[in-house]
Amino acid sequence: MHFVPYLHEQFLSAWPASVVVLLVALIGAGIMLAWVALVALVAVWAERKVSAHMQARLGPIYVGGFHGWLQTVADGLKLFLKEDIIPAMADKWLYIQAPVLVFGGAFLAYAAIPFGPKLVVSDLNIGVFYILAMSAIVAVGIIMAGWASHNKWSLYGGMRTAAQFLSYEIPSALHLMPVIMYAGTLNLGEIVRSQETGLFGWAGIFGWYLFRNPFLFLSFICYYISSLAETNRTPFDLPETESELVAGYHTEYTGIRFAFFFMAEYANMFVAAALSTLLFCGGWNGVLSRNIQYLPDPVVFLLKCSAFIFLTMWLRWTLPRFRIDQLMALCWKFLIPLGLLNIVGSALWMYIFEQV
Amino acid sequence: MTGVGEEAMDVDLKSLGFRVEERRTLASGSDELLINMGPQHPSTHGVLRLLLRTDGEEIQEAVPFMGYLHRCAEKIGENVPYDTYTPYTDRLDYLSSMNNNWAWAMTVEKLAGIEVPQRAEYIRVIVAELNRIASHLVMVGTYGLDLGAFTPFLLTFREREEILDILEEISGGRLCYGYIRIGGVTDDITPTFATKCRAFLRQYVSKLDAINELLSYNRIFIRRTANVGPLSAEKAIACGCTGPILRASGVDWDLRRDEPYSIYDKFDWNVCVGKGEKGQLGDTWDRYMVRVREMYECVKICEQALEGIPEGPFRAKVPRNFKPPAGECYFRAENPRGELAFYVVSDGSKRPVRVKVRGPSFCNLSVVQELSRNMLVSDFVAVVGSFDLVMGEVDR
Repeated sequence: MHFVPYLHEQFLSAWPASVVVLLVALIGAGIMLAWVALVALVAVWAERKVSAHMQARLGPIYVGGFHGWLQTVADGLKLFLKEDIIPAMADKWLYIQAPVLVFGGAFLAYAAIPFGPKLVVSDLNIGVFYILAMSAIVAVGIIMAGWASHNKWSLYGGMRTAAQFLSYEIPSALHLMPVIMYAGTLNLGEIVRSQETGLFGWAGIFGWYLFRNPFLFLSFICYYISSLAETNRTPFDLPETESELVAGYHTEYTGIRFAFFFMAEYANMFVAAALSTLLFCGGWNGVLSRNIQYLPDPVVFLLKCSAFIFLTMWLRWTLPRFRIDQLMALCWKFLIPLGLLNIVGSALWMYIFEQV
Repeated sequence: MTGVGEEAMDVDLKSLGFRVEERRTLASGSDELLINMGPQHPSTHGVLRLLLRTDGEEIQEAVPFMGYLHRCAEKIGENVPYDTYTPYTDRLDYLSSMNNNWAWAMTVEKLAGIEVPQRAEYIRVIVAELNRIASHLVMVGTYGLDLGAFTPFLLTFREREEILDILEEISGGRLCYGYIRIGGVTDDITPTFATKCRAFLRQYVSKLDAINELLSYNRIFIRRTANVGPLSAEKAIACGCTGPILRASGVDWDLRRDEPYSIYDKFDWNVCVGKGEKGQLGDTWDRYMVRVREMYECVKICEQALEGIPEGPFRAKVPRNFKPPAGECYFRAENPRGELAFYVVSDGSKRPVRVKVRGPSFCNLSVVQELSRNMLVSDFVAVVGSFDLVMGEVDR
């Protein structure tokens, strides 16, 4: 928060510094909350349109005039007005907390995501670590929801989540390691800045970690796969398999509580896309050198994120889903060994070719 | 976990031979869990209810319960005149009404010795095969849905819609047609029927290829279905499985060829048999693929039948107050889901004394319990889906 001292000195010198910090934090949180809601609204609408056009349908078309852009708002309002049912045998306290925790985990991650060189709520020096930690909270919320619902199908969903999230935390962190080794920092802004120029001083796309060496390219693909699993997207949407577990952990949830789960899914999808963009695809650096980049930085960043979100949707509407043991086998027998290989490989590459 | 619905569950458990006390200890002491799958569950396709005893993700036992869609279909048959029963047969296997109508019509025709005009036979073959395609399309689509692939479902339903449009044009109905009547069909085909059919069939094969590419040969799909729930030929025969289930297990048996009725012997087509290409013989992938391949054969039959429709009457003269001679008759026909058979006893009056329906889904369902042992929940969903059960026919 570079502007806190500035704000303090110029305008609010009468107030104590701690109050100003708190005020700025609150405003930042408010803006981010609005942003999360906006991301979820747009992503839900986009998903419905993308799926529709992939399935030879039109999707929402009436509400709001232009291609039904208000449909998600209408659905959200409907969910607000719906009766809030807590099952008689549910563990009420956990049941109420679960959606808050799931959404909270997704929302907290946004604090460390930079949208441009200075456009970040909290410029943490452990940004990557913080985001991974926050997305792990989501798992706790889902397990709580599965247990508290007092529904055996929900319980299955919760247990599957426990297995899946805990397993996939490992490869997703492992595959980020080569990038962190290259950048030498956990700060997301710094990582993006280190991608401005790459091998031989070439700028633009060659600076992206994705194209620095073959191990990083492999890491990127593996990270993307594990991020799909961490955000519960097909082909890894086992916690909520509607054909097996009815709706998994959120079977019993209604109204606004269900809406929280739903929003969290799309909020998480954006976090995963943002991480892929920031760590592997140059963040807000365009395809060409920064000297001739005409689009504003946040626009470039959001364009890249949208591309990843589209890819995620594309996969969802194309592939069937894995079975739980196949999912585990993919993680432990394939992604994790490959992650270790990539760390060693990248280290050797750095030592031999780049003399780091 | 104890709670609401406990008493109802206890009654079911008693009927299964479980002791109720055993369940109490089971619930507290072991990792086993009793779960109701259905009658309201997304992948039991209708109101099939299965009681699962699971250990973690593994199913120890799955017991099917029936009767949630019982509508006295057989008893109704004994209380209405022969022709009036036709619309009721629509509701047996509601995804292939034409084939049901046809089986009933042929049963009564065999009983009364009615000669059906050639034109009617051709029309019957065309509409029945179109309906077979529509029925298999539902299976392929919903099966994709069971395995988490959403898109094939809408693509298959789009194709099915075209078939429904064609069948609506000649019969007026979109799901329950009541079109094939005793002695022929209710109405002659419309002038545009043949051209619409040809147009549909021409583009249909390429659409089917696309669905194959999207679903059937998808690697995840193959890994989910191959080697899952293999059903041996002996077991399939012993349990009375018929139709695609039996053929997927490698038994080369199709009534349309081996016990030819109507005019099936005039056409050139093949019986599709499972070969165990992706895994064991008679696994879930085979059961799925037999249906897909059958759709290609249906197209062949339809095209040949469209070429050969003769002129003439579309319905034999059947007296208004139709009374078949006293006697009994058993007739079976190849439906999309297997052999649908009717057994009718007549005393010479205008109503049958007894109507017995042999529903293919009912017999196919009997295998599910045995196949379910030591299977993951996800695999179980894949197996139940591959049987393509229609509860209207199971409960009758």
